Amino acid sequence: MRMAGVIVTIAVLVALPFFISDYRTFQFTQAIVYAIVLLGLNLLTGYNGQISLGHGAFYAVGAYTAAILMEHFGVPYWATVPAAGLVCFGFGFLFGLPALRLHGHYLALATFALAVATPQVLKVKHLEAWTGGVQGIVIIKPDPPFGLPLSQDRWLYFFTLAVAMLLFLAAWNLVRGRAGRAMVALRDHPIAAEAMGVNGAMVKSTVFGISALYTGIGGALGAIAVQFVAPDSFGTFLSISFVVGIVVGGLATLSGAIWGALFIQFVPNVADQISKAAPWAIYGAVLLVFIYVAPGGVAYLLSRVWGKLRG
Amino acid sequence: MEAFLHQILSGLATGGIYAAIALSLVMIYQATHHINFAQGEMAMFSTYLAWMMIDAGLPYWVAFAGTVALSFVLGVLIERIVIRPVEHAPVLSVVIVFIALLVILNSLAGWIFSYTIKTFPSPFTWEGSQNGYLSPHELGTIGVTLLVLAALFLFFRFTSLGLAMRAAAQNPVSSRLAGIRVGWMLALGWGLAAAIGAIAGMMIAPVVYLDPNMMAGVMLYAFAAALLGGIDNPLGAVVGGFVVGVVENLAGAYVVGTELKLTVALALIIGVLVFRPTGLFGRRYVTRV
Repeated sequence: MRMAGVIVTIAVLVALPFFISDYRTFQFTQAIVYAIVLLGLNLLTGYNGQISLGHGAFYAVGAYTAAILMEHFGVPYWATVPAAGLVCFGFGFLFGLPALRLHGHYLALATFALAVATPQVLKVKHLEAWTGGVQGIVIIKPDPPFGLPLSQDRWLYFFTLAVAMLLFLAAWNLVRGRAGRAMVALRDHPIAAEAMGVNGAMVKSTVFGISALYTGIGGALGAIAVQFVAPDSFGTFLSISFVVGIVVGGLATLSGAIWGALFIQFVPNVADQISKAAPWAIYGAVLLVFIYVAPGGVAYLLSRVWGKLRG
Repeated sequence: MEAFLHQILSGLATGGIYAAIALSLVMIYQATHHINFAQGEMAMFSTYLAWMMIDAGLPYWVAFAGTVALSFVLGVLIERIVIRPVEHAPVLSVVIVFIALLVILNSLAGWIFSYTIKTFPSPFTWEGSQNGYLSPHELGTIGVTLLVLAALFLFFRFTSLGLAMRAAAQNPVSSRLAGIRVGWMLALGWGLAAAIGAIAGMMIAPVVYLDPNMMAGVMLYAFAAALLGGIDNPLGAVVGGFVVGVVENLAGAYVVGTELKLTVALALIIGVLVFRPTGLFGRRYVTRV
């Protein structure tokens, strides 16, 4: 039954761009990008219990890696995606090492500081030759290969979708195996997990790295889709919206990443029409509602409904 | 040398503000072992309330007192309504509730008062105190911080309510058995924190100007200050605040330049957390298996 659900989802996602405009397609590309990021953040926060309020920083590193490789080294866009992932894995692993000693609130605090400091670091004068300073970098939208009869936006959608499916498969494999059990054990009872022979330090910093890798790949794909990177798109609120995404979608669920991504992509668009401040007020209210009423997020609610329907 | 001294002194002045916010973080941490991520936004919102009162024609100090009182009430209400339901929830839920509070306050302020930057008056503008090193406002800020610290010390040391609050924070179960209403003590702690934050906000607003995002940077330094001093120690928080203020100013002037100041705070936070998680004056905790 779950297999059928997955197949239907994939079929819908593949067919989707042929029924909507290029602009809508672009929006859905962005949503898939967010889904990749949320997947990565959920591995870290949902499964491993390490709170990160600073994933916008890794998103930024991924985006900038892609942009700089394309702008200064003439690397083709598809090759920048794994590169951004690897660079972010390195950053994440290194950040994860000191973060190992931090629990709960303290880790949240350290990553929050990371999120607040990110735009400033990106604007630094010494790096301006590479990062373009406040102006940022403009990226050219890639053409579909092999003369495929697709618009640029649709091609990018399929490209992003393919990467996302690979990453979902990888995450699914990761969490249902030994490593996944070790991650969950470390979240629920670190001391007992270590006593059972789980190498806490190694697992936690690796998960941090993997999570950053997902986020970095998301950042690279996002940069290619938006065709632009600039410091102020990577502020605190980007990091916060990722947290909103995993809470809304459902902590420690894989499918939650999709619901969360749809939420953070489309709800602000709707709410923006009311007031500039409204999306964030809604984010805040929705966060509270989910934490109080449905801590499992949309994924959990759906599985409840499904269970009821089956009797 | 002259310039160096000036940097240190004005560092002390901004440090006073960090100290005040760090103090309010410590208030809440001591009572509930939560780090309130929304503290800065609460202070920002209070400052807007003050601006509204001054704009309506009230004299500064009346508005000041009114804001402090109103913030206290708001702090208590937030604890009772928003925080209470997650009192025993996992850390992640608590952090998310704080984040929600942060966004809600930020966007509400933007919604109600608009995002345009406003000036905020300083009460310390008398002539003659100008000694070349510190502006009257800087001097006043340091004075106010020390006054708040002294008042808090007296309150916690010499009043029975202060004693009850300390007891409730240290050992909630025994305190409840001794007849202390622990829940209300926590709410009072939040109220006090909000009131201190309001004072800090009104002190910083003349410097950074009033807008909904004014606290982002300040908040980071306050975190650094609280951690440096030991997150459960009020005196430590104040010392930490002044130290961070001076370090920030010196680093900004001589080492990294103004554009990387926030990174200094980030480095400080991570440095303290990694090398001395208890801070300078904090207590060490041991977990039992």
